[in-house]
Amino acid sequence: MSASSGTGLSGTGLSAAPAATAPVVSAADVWVRFAGRGRHGGAATAVDGVNLDIAPGEIVALVGESGCGKTTLARTILGLERPTSGQVRFAGRPLSYRSGALRAYRRQVQLVLQDPTGSLNPRHTVYEAVAEGVRIHKLDNERARVADALSRCGLRPPERFFQRYPHELSGGQRQRVVIAGALVLEPQVLVADEPVASLDASVRGEILALLLRLRRDLGLAALVVTHDLGLAWNIADRLAVMYLGRIVEVGTPEQVFAQPRHPYTKALMSVLPESPIEPIVLAGEPPDPTRIPAGCRFHPRCPELASGAAATAGVAERCTGTALPALPAAGSGTALVSCHLAATLGP
Amino acid sequence: MNAVTSSGATDPVPAPGLESRPASPVPTPRQLARTRRRAALARFWREYRKDRRGMFGLVVLAVMIAVALAAPVLASSRGLNPIYATATPNAGPSLAYPLGTDADGRSVLTLLIWGSRNSLLVGLTATLISILIGALVGVVAGHFGSIRARAGRLTDNVLMRGTDWFLVVPFLPLAMVLARTLGPSLGVIILVIGLTSWAGTARIVRAQALAVETRPYLERAKALGAGHWHQMYRHVLPNVMPLLLANTILTVAGTILAETTLSFLGLGDPIRPTWGQMLGSAYEYGVGTGNLLWLLAPGIAVILVVLAFTLVGHALEAVLDPKLRER
Amino acid sequence: MALLELRDLTVTYATASGPVPAVRGVNLTVDAGQTLGLAGESGCGKSTIATSILRLLPSSATVTGQILFNGADVLTMNWGRLRAVRWAGASIVFQGALHSLNPVQRIGRQIAEPILLHEPGVSKQSAAGRVVRLLSQVGLPAARADSYPHELSGGQKQRVMIAMALACSPSLIIADEPTTALDVMIQAQVLNLITDLVRETGVGMIMISHDLSVLSATCQRLAVMYAGRIVEEGPAHEVFTAARHPYAQALSWAFPVIGDTRTRMSPRGLAGDPPDPAQLPSGCGFHPRCAVALAQCSAREMELWPAGDGRLAACVQVLNEEEGGQPARSVADENRSAGEAVA
Repeated sequence: MSASSGTGLSGTGLSAAPAATAPVVSAADVWVRFAGRGRHGGAATAVDGVNLDIAPGEIVALVGESGCGKTTLARTILGLERPTSGQVRFAGRPLSYRSGALRAYRRQVQLVLQDPTGSLNPRHTVYEAVAEGVRIHKLDNERARVADALSRCGLRPPERFFQRYPHELSGGQRQRVVIAGALVLEPQVLVADEPVASLDASVRGEILALLLRLRRDLGLAALVVTHDLGLAWNIADRLAVMYLGRIVEVGTPEQVFAQPRHPYTKALMSVLPESPIEPIVLAGEPPDPTRIPAGCRFHPRCPELASGAAATAGVAERCTGTALPALPAAGSGTALVSCHLAATLGP
Repeated sequence: MNAVTSSGATDPVPAPGLESRPASPVPTPRQLARTRRRAALARFWREYRKDRRGMFGLVVLAVMIAVALAAPVLASSRGLNPIYATATPNAGPSLAYPLGTDADGRSVLTLLIWGSRNSLLVGLTATLISILIGALVGVVAGHFGSIRARAGRLTDNVLMRGTDWFLVVPFLPLAMVLARTLGPSLGVIILVIGLTSWAGTARIVRAQALAVETRPYLERAKALGAGHWHQMYRHVLPNVMPLLLANTILTVAGTILAETTLSFLGLGDPIRPTWGQMLGSAYEYGVGTGNLLWLLAPGIAVILVVLAFTLVGHALEAVLDPKLRER
Repeated sequence: MALLELRDLTVTYATASGPVPAVRGVNLTVDAGQTLGLAGESGCGKSTIATSILRLLPSSATVTGQILFNGADVLTMNWGRLRAVRWAGASIVFQGALHSLNPVQRIGRQIAEPILLHEPGVSKQSAAGRVVRLLSQVGLPAARADSYPHELSGGQKQRVMIAMALACSPSLIIADEPTTALDVMIQAQVLNLITDLVRETGVGMIMISHDLSVLSATCQRLAVMYAGRIVEEGPAHEVFTAARHPYAQALSWAFPVIGDTRTRMSPRGLAGDPPDPAQLPSGCGFHPRCAVALAQCSAREMELWPAGDGRLAACVQVLNEEEGGQPARSVADENRSAGEAVA
């Protein structure tokens, strides 16, 4: 609940409440760089210094537009991608990438992808799809575990679904099967990449309600990657806005949506329907991750810089010249923003 | 208007008319899997039956395989031994010898029937070797080739360069060299054909494996903690199977033709008759004396069997492909 | 005379497993300069309506009813007039712009194609000049005309599609899911562009989407479709914020208004799935998923009854309310109280 203050990096330890519980998964100064991926052959920095904590039972929404690096960050947290530098920590300890340790980690952090149709092998039945995790990790009581996972995801009676194939199910049911497949390993964290984007609008609410229910019943934490701000409003405890590989603002949805402080967040909020703010439509598109602008990475598109508000506040040179440090991991309730102008405006 | 609550107290999946508890004992997953497989096979058969040319090919194949299996019953193996040949050599068709005789006086029909055994055996064995090696190399190369790490790409490269080498190895000279060094036999033919045809399969399988690797369920398997073996065996291979099956059938056709060629050139076993060998002998000893039947019989037989395999292979592709698409 | 009028439009596809009704008796009107939003999910028939307006349906589709474009019925037009209507009268911005562009042709050539087809006398140079003007109208630099589709981003491709739709200065544009795959900011840009174009050129527009919030922000009127029929119609903002039909309400829950505390931590969705057009429920298509369904909902055919000022809704409950009665007890309520009475 504390506001932020200080330099372009705000809120460090000054007024933040001490972390109540240790985070279950955290990204510490993660940097992910892909060689030779950019259109012009340069190295693309998909994630450019991110610190993010997920507390037990917390639902964190990672929002941003395509190309901002949120999917790469999610995959790095899952261990599917190795950070070029920085660490992913689980229960305080850094991740080991040896196959045995990684496999054990998989039991704790699981993945739900965007397209449920593609996520399920069309030749495997629902039972086989959900039991796959059980078999990989050689757990006992396979049938009971599968039935339990399917029930928890709302597919009741589970036996009726055992022998169905994915193409016989609807989109919503397929996504439930995917979630059940992740649940069967009893993870502590679920990483969901656009979990409802491919589903019909009228069934999205059901899947989101399922995630909330799992949090209530199992204490499941979740990192939901999405570009849909309405989703974050619906289910997130905390919200992190990403732009070009870095988190630029973080806080609870109430804090971020009601009082956006970063110009990018303000622009995003303003173009939503029923927004009280006059729409600020940014021109152009996010630049290539191979060519991150100097100074503040948002400055070429920043309406505050363009309108002269930054110059009036005296930070215009900093916007174009001084790079901003990465935001530290925020505990719940802390709102942080990474912006030269916002820093001068104080708490 | 009253609205639906979202607390999730209600069962979100509508089941009109179906009660929550099943009345009869629930069969085990394995039993259910078997029933599903049977149903899938029945569906497949129904689809296949609609393809006229595929059915024709299948019938021809069935007849040939039946003849090959029943060879001892249909024609005594003594008929193969030139010592027991009492008929006039290079004779025309008669009641006792419906297809005439060869230069040693053996019944061409007997030779044909027994030749079918060897030809099909060589063809199928060589194909089996070719497919096994090709599929293994293809799946491994495709799987490891799609890993971004350097070790993966290295494996793929090494395997593919090896495959390329086998692709360009000339088929006939290799056969002749091996026949010279190891002595002519059916085993040599099987070896040669197997070694020179697996590379084509490997390339096709690798291409399909690369496509499969991009699908999200592979990513999900990795996220679940699956190792390489699990990914290849449970996900890549089953999705490569339809392509492999159709490719196998078509490969058999090519293999039989290859065997025919090698035996024709005398690189096969001079004692065990195959159609190719019959063709070779008939060409040398029969045509000159006007015994065209000796040449035509195995020739037509080879054409028929290759045609049959090709038709079946194409029909399989047609049946399996739309199913893949609709899934 | 209305620019476009659909009268009792019914489209049935012939499939291997029998006829499948995709659109069942739809009536719509669009006047010049007016924007109409058509909302619905997969299988509701909205894309079918879009393609039927230009008679682009496959031959396996049976179309009955009338599609009056400036008074003339598109369905019975002769070939020559139809060709004139296609693109020069009405044009479509297709769904999935990412795949609607020919990957091996340059953008400029693709935009010029309808111009050259409809105006054979036009020279290549003047067509190129018009392409440049169109590109600037949609906010793209003229240099883009020489690019290939894969060199453009999603938002840019969508703008190219809009430029193509404007090429022959049509009087009606049908935009089928124009912003579905786009990010929030790009979506805002494209919607702004569309709104400006409509205002400047005075074209009539039908926008099809499943996103009610987008439609309410861009269109004047909104019609919600379900299972081949229109279930609610009215001023866009009213339908979005205060829908009368239970389905339209459920659809609007999927797009929560940020800042509305009622939707915080309480996502609401519908159980079940949109119906398979091959197996439509009897009576009201929505009754299996409706929380307030009455016994008569499965038996009685729905019509669009008045539901307020300039509003229509195809729901018996709404009809009852409008006629001054109390909302009738739904089947679910009856079952629940019956269960309680027994227990």
